[in-house]
Amino acid sequence: MARHIVARTSDIPLGGNKVFGVEGRDIVVFHVNGEFFALLNRCPHEGAPLEKAACVARLTSPEPGVYQRSRVGELLRCPWHGWEFDMRNGQSYFDPKRVKVRSYPVAVESGEELQKGPYVAETFPVRVEDSYVIVEV
Amino acid sequence: MSDVIDRPILAEEVAAQSRLRIIDCDVHPSIRAHADIEQFLPKRWQEHLRTYGSHLRTPYIGTTPYPRSSPLIARRDAWPPTGGPPGSDLDFMRKQHLDPLDIEYGILQVLDLFIFSQQNLEFGAAIQRAINDWQLAFWSDRDPRLKASILAGQDDTTFAIAEIERCAKIGRYVQINVCPRANEPLGRRRYWPIYARAQELGLPLGIHVGGYGGHAPTGGGWPSYYVEEHQSNAHTMAAQLTSLVLEGVPERFPNLKIVFIEGGFGWIPSATWRMDRHFDAFRSEVPHLKRRPSEYVKQQFWFTTQPIDEPDEAKHLRSLIEWVGADRLLFSSDYPHWDFDDPRYAFKTPLTETERRKIFNGNARALYKL
Ligand code: FES
Repeated sequence: MARHIVARTSDIPLGGNKVFGVEGRDIVVFHVNGEFFALLNRCPHEGAPLEKAACVARLTSPEPGVYQRSRVGELLRCPWHGWEFDMRNGQSYFDPKRVKVRSYPVAVESGEELQKGPYVAETFPVRVEDSYVIVEV
Repeated sequence: MSDVIDRPILAEEVAAQSRLRIIDCDVHPSIRAHADIEQFLPKRWQEHLRTYGSHLRTPYIGTTPYPRSSPLIARRDAWPPTGGPPGSDLDFMRKQHLDPLDIEYGILQVLDLFIFSQQNLEFGAAIQRAINDWQLAFWSDRDPRLKASILAGQDDTTFAIAEIERCAKIGRYVQINVCPRANEPLGRRRYWPIYARAQELGLPLGIHVGGYGGHAPTGGGWPSYYVEEHQSNAHTMAAQLTSLVLEGVPERFPNLKIVFIEGGFGWIPSATWRMDRHFDAFRSEVPHLKRRPSEYVKQQFWFTTQPIDEPDEAKHLRSLIEWVGADRLLFSSDYPHWDFDDPRYAFKTPLTETERRKIFNGNARALYKL
């Protein structure tokens, strides 16, 4: 897997997302609760663009009348038929064995680290005070 | 991308495909602003709309009884960047739907303003007239791919017939749409004059699910959740198919063509098997039927595919299509609604080339004379 610098952390607002073309694929990177998640921008059901998904909480009910919300903002609700996927690994909640969105490892590294490593990209205006979002594809 | 849904058959299917333009039998345009429709409404009804608004035959005024999954039941990506509700911007519809999916024709199905549920029948008829004119002026005239349907609520047959005549003279409508949840079951004789006229004009009768009549949406009353209500669309269709067939509509009007829109098709086999079996036992109660119910279903009814049934095993969908018959099915997307079907991915079972041609194009072309 190759590592690709796709954005500065500040390019993707908290609670928002951005789509990047990486190796011919549209990859959507979400910024949720200070973490970044990268997924293929295509729902495995009928292909809806996941960048338009709602970021929702996991809602469970141990018994009728009792509701619990957890993992706020970490579940994607497809913009078409509403299937839900876990942003962390692309897993679906209704049929986790069969249905999955492809997810990619994401890392955030500071410009300083990048400058030292193999990623001194002439094409990137690396300023050491910035952090960068790196997707492995 | 092989780690997305396990669907090995689709690859073969894509490889076998030759270019096929799609006829989409269920596209929903919406009214961008009230002023757009007011220009087609007589002053008297404009004032009525402003003063009294809509009064429906349901216990829920000015709203729907259930949350409907997403705002305006729309795909979250279908809101036009220029503002206005989903389905209201022709350019955006072209860009998002008609062009990329290579839609040859889209049959318009208007649901705005609760057209068929107005308690005041005269006001309802005025709105239907206005929307019929608006469909041409705002859609068909601007994009020849988009074909209009004559909306004619059947609970006042005199109004309905007058509207059908008026529009038929214009000659640009491809179908006559009536209310799926009228005051009485659709097979009742009070509605027959409409069926007679549709047969004479050679226009299919379209029955698009949705809206509310004066009755609860299920035989068991008003359900608690949208998911239950959504399920009831199929029961409503099954009830209306039963009523039309058993009351003798196809027998009496052998050239009438009836299209069930947005009801899916998974319920058809069992509804029909049951009708046939009951007919064997009770034929003396309905001696006006000369053939078994399934024969009428297989000859005079068509069904649009969305929302397509998705059994866990593809082979079950396969048997369903075979039983219903590829020549009974018409592809529909339901754009821009949340349960939209994408013609490229909706059928999770392979179709033969002949089946594809029929379902995605040929059947609709013949039925609507396109
Ligand atoms: S396309 Fe995502 S749930 Fe159907």
